[in-house]
Amino acid sequence: MRLGVLFSGGKDSTLALHLAAQKEEVACLITVVSKNKESFMFHTPNIDVTALQAQALGLPLVAVQTEGKKEEELADLEIAIAEAKNKYRIEGAVTGAVESVYQASRVQRICNKLDLWLFNPLWKTDQKALLETLVAEKFQVVVSGVFAYPLDEKWLGKQIDTQIIAGLVELQGKYGISPSGEGGEIETTVLDAPRFNQRVEVTDSAVEWRGTSGVYVIKQARLVPK
Amino acid sequence: MILVVDMNWKKDSLAYSEFVLPILALAEPIEVCTVRHYLELEPSELGNYSHIILSGTTLKDFEFLKHLENFNWIKTCEKPILGICAGMQTIIQAYGETLTACPQIGMTGITTLKQNPLFSGVFQAYALHTYTIEAKNQTFDAIAESSRCIQAIKHKQKHIYGVLFHPEVRNQSILQRFLQL
Repeated sequence: MRLGVLFSGGKDSTLALHLAAQKEEVACLITVVSKNKESFMFHTPNIDVTALQAQALGLPLVAVQTEGKKEEELADLEIAIAEAKNKYRIEGAVTGAVESVYQASRVQRICNKLDLWLFNPLWKTDQKALLETLVAEKFQVVVSGVFAYPLDEKWLGKQIDTQIIAGLVELQGKYGISPSGEGGEIETTVLDAPRFNQRVEVTDSAVEWRGTSGVYVIKQARLVPK
Repeated sequence: MILVVDMNWKKDSLAYSEFVLPILALAEPIEVCTVRHYLELEPSELGNYSHIILSGTTLKDFEFLKHLENFNWIKTCEKPILGICAGMQTIIQAYGETLTACPQIGMTGITTLKQNPLFSGVFQAYALHTYTIEAKNQTFDAIAESSRCIQAIKHKQKHIYGVLFHPEVRNQSILQRFLQL
């Protein structure tokens, strides 16, 4: 089955892609670039890196811009998925949804309308286990956004490893933070993954901190041999 | 031992982690589980299990309805059976009852219609289905409904249940209560 992966460049969609490619044929990536940094539907930090990631994966990228207004961004997502269906003959879509019924059901409605299958291969995955899988499978993932107390600027740009996982699990116990950022506490950017033919090297970056939240902005990056 | 029947269109499919693993995550802490794809299930092995759960499938997957001969065992089985979504639709068809279209995606309000050991009252549940049971049927009692259709059934005599919504996503206690029957 030819599939299009809804791809933000973060850990969940990249892991979903990894799992989908083990079972079916991934034909393209689909990205919605939201101008709304508070978007409920779409990952926003470093979304521009998806072009490099797609190149590293050797997959075409269908990218659509959205203003990020609540229901309009769903219409823009539908345009993107429809374009992927027409251009790359996909029969289904894949998301990295883990817990969010809000996201999963909205994508499902679009796929239903477009007569496409939908798969959520990370659905209900234990969050600590998900992070451990990334480390075990040698994904290079950096924290690119933190949006909940007591996460601070020290977390930004850090690579997810066993130490970071232990720290996040400890915060889960103390503050109820979702270790994999399911509540929007954390956003991530993947710099390398098993299916990348090249890895993303960040050549210029900055930490932008705004009191209670912040992002690790990748200003410039390039692909380099692994 | 609990039997979880993988209802997806093929064995080891991409949908396995979405529709079978969440059931295992809830059932395995209670009792040892075995998974069989419905095409590989031998009726002779049913005696090994205390409870049987039929999984759901992705919304576009109706392959199971083309293989109803693989579910003849449902009518003669005396073990507690719970069908989730596609599993409920299969139980309905195994008994020769009729499906009727009622597509729903997302959270929906559920109202209990008849006292039963799995749930009570009014609650929100995650729906992802295309068909439900025809209201007029000889075999099952409707035990819950949404504003649009019947959402759960129980066989009039046996511990055979069907829920159209997904208790492995929300309302996980329903699965746990079923496994205590």
